Amino acid sequence: MKCVPVTAIIGLLLLSGMILALSAGKYPLGLSDISQLLTGNPPHDPRLSIVFWQIRMPRMLAALLIGAGLAAAGTTYQGMFRNPLVSPDILGVSAGAGMGASVAILLGLSMLYIQGLAFVGGLLVVALVCVIARFTRRQDPVLSLVLIGIAIGTLCGAMISLIKVLADPYTELPSITFWLLGGLNTITINDLQVAAPLTLLGLLPLWLLRWRMNLLSLPDEEASAMGVNVTRLRVIFIVSATLVTASAVAIAGIIGWVGLVVPHICRIITGANNRQLLPMSMAVGAILLLVTDTLARTVSSVELPLGILTAMIGAPFFLLLLMRRERL
Amino acid sequence: MTLVQFANTAIGYPQHPVLQQISFNIEAGEVCCLLGANGCGKTTLIRSLLGRLTLQGGNILLQRRPIRDWRAHELAKWMAYVPQAHDSPFAFSVLDMVLMGRSIHLKTFSSPSAKDRQQALELLENMGIAHLATRQYPSLSGGERQLVLITRALIQQPKLLVMDEPAASLDFGRQITLLKKIRQLKSEGMTLLMSTHHPLHARAIADRVVLLSPLGAQQGSAAAMLTGQKLAALYDVQEADIRHHLGIEI
Repeated sequence: MKCVPVTAIIGLLLLSGMILALSAGKYPLGLSDISQLLTGNPPHDPRLSIVFWQIRMPRMLAALLIGAGLAAAGTTYQGMFRNPLVSPDILGVSAGAGMGASVAILLGLSMLYIQGLAFVGGLLVVALVCVIARFTRRQDPVLSLVLIGIAIGTLCGAMISLIKVLADPYTELPSITFWLLGGLNTITINDLQVAAPLTLLGLLPLWLLRWRMNLLSLPDEEASAMGVNVTRLRVIFIVSATLVTASAVAIAGIIGWVGLVVPHICRIITGANNRQLLPMSMAVGAILLLVTDTLARTVSSVELPLGILTAMIGAPFFLLLLMRRERL
Repeated sequence: MTLVQFANTAIGYPQHPVLQQISFNIEAGEVCCLLGANGCGKTTLIRSLLGRLTLQGGNILLQRRPIRDWRAHELAKWMAYVPQAHDSPFAFSVLDMVLMGRSIHLKTFSSPSAKDRQQALELLENMGIAHLATRQYPSLSGGERQLVLITRALIQQPKLLVMDEPAASLDFGRQITLLKKIRQLKSEGMTLLMSTHHPLHARAIADRVVLLSPLGAQQGSAAAMLTGQKLAALYDVQEADIRHHLGIEI
């Protein structure tokens, strides 16, 4: 089978990405340093231990988690809405989660509430998009879903701007602005402790039900005739994918393109069957975000916001796909 | 034994009734063909039978139980549906497409096993399209897609197979293959309901023919229903034209 070498290659890429992310930076760490730190031996320079455990390790784990999560959410939305052009950002879910999180930051709430309101904001947007899509049945369904998402996303963006105007310019405004840029530079272990369980909670149903995700790509009446409770399955997928997206947005801001581009790349490798596609998307999403984040913090003396880099890589790549392939 | 009973059924939508007072039965083990002009409500009737459309009156009974009381997973064990060949937004392989029909036989969190794949390959072989197994569904011709969708319904192992114009996109040879397949399924004990635009197909296989027109449904044996007079009224043409174009005495 050809899938064995592909899995090995992806695994190898993931491992080297992780090593790169842990070693690169102002305090370069060699392989021996990393293995020493991992086995619990104190390094020759005590600062290295702080750099490794407090900064690089949480940041690497966050990149893996968010990359895998956004790619899984994108794969899910695409399969479930039968629409290869949607993703957490295009549907407006990211902006909705951003709006929720901004409200929480404005009110000075803790990480758990930021997560909670991000989830509520994201869910509200998906629900709104679904309801409006029902009223636009006369339009082309693929296009109208994208356009509705863009419109709702813009609306949420406007609300976020309004929140920024209302925010205290000395305390809340910088933290909202900083967070909105999208990046992993402020990730702490505390953030991860909240976001990781929620992300995994959202990923679990997606993973377990991933073969059934295929059935939702069929017209509703066919899936139903095969015994699928279409509405229930769709709600499970929407809630789970939105939870994953919201957790990512709450700790890292709005990171675009990963959820749209990664499933397309992976369909070329594994085909459309979500049984193989979802794990592949998660792995490639994790690698992509890890490498991008490592680049973002090492290519120049100033750290680049991650969102800028993912857009610079994702947008041209997507256009290339659009031009090259007959069918996405 | 009566498997399906349309009892004074009215189908359609609240503001747009399509057909009213439809009454006919489908007995277990028989082939029933639906005929009617374009837009007469054949697809609407099939969607109502699948439980996807709320009835506007009367009842549809499967095994003497109203269709609206059946849950999707119960219904899927009895009845499989072959839609008209369509496009798919994602490039599933033919094998994956067929295996989706196994969902009712799988546990919620599981996916098709090697045994299911073996069964799918055998059925594809049986349908004469084993060579398509690894092809991508959207790259197939309309006729090939139709055969894949039929295979997908068969792997569901239903007692009643509902097909919406299965012959519409098939070439002449494959139409004959399909009719033979339908006879074979019937001999294995399956009940079939199909809509068709070909009176000759109905004559070749149907035990029962249902003619759908805005006036309602008429049912009877193939010999009683497929007369020049009835077909001329159904399709709004001259009886002589029917005889002339079907080329044989009907």
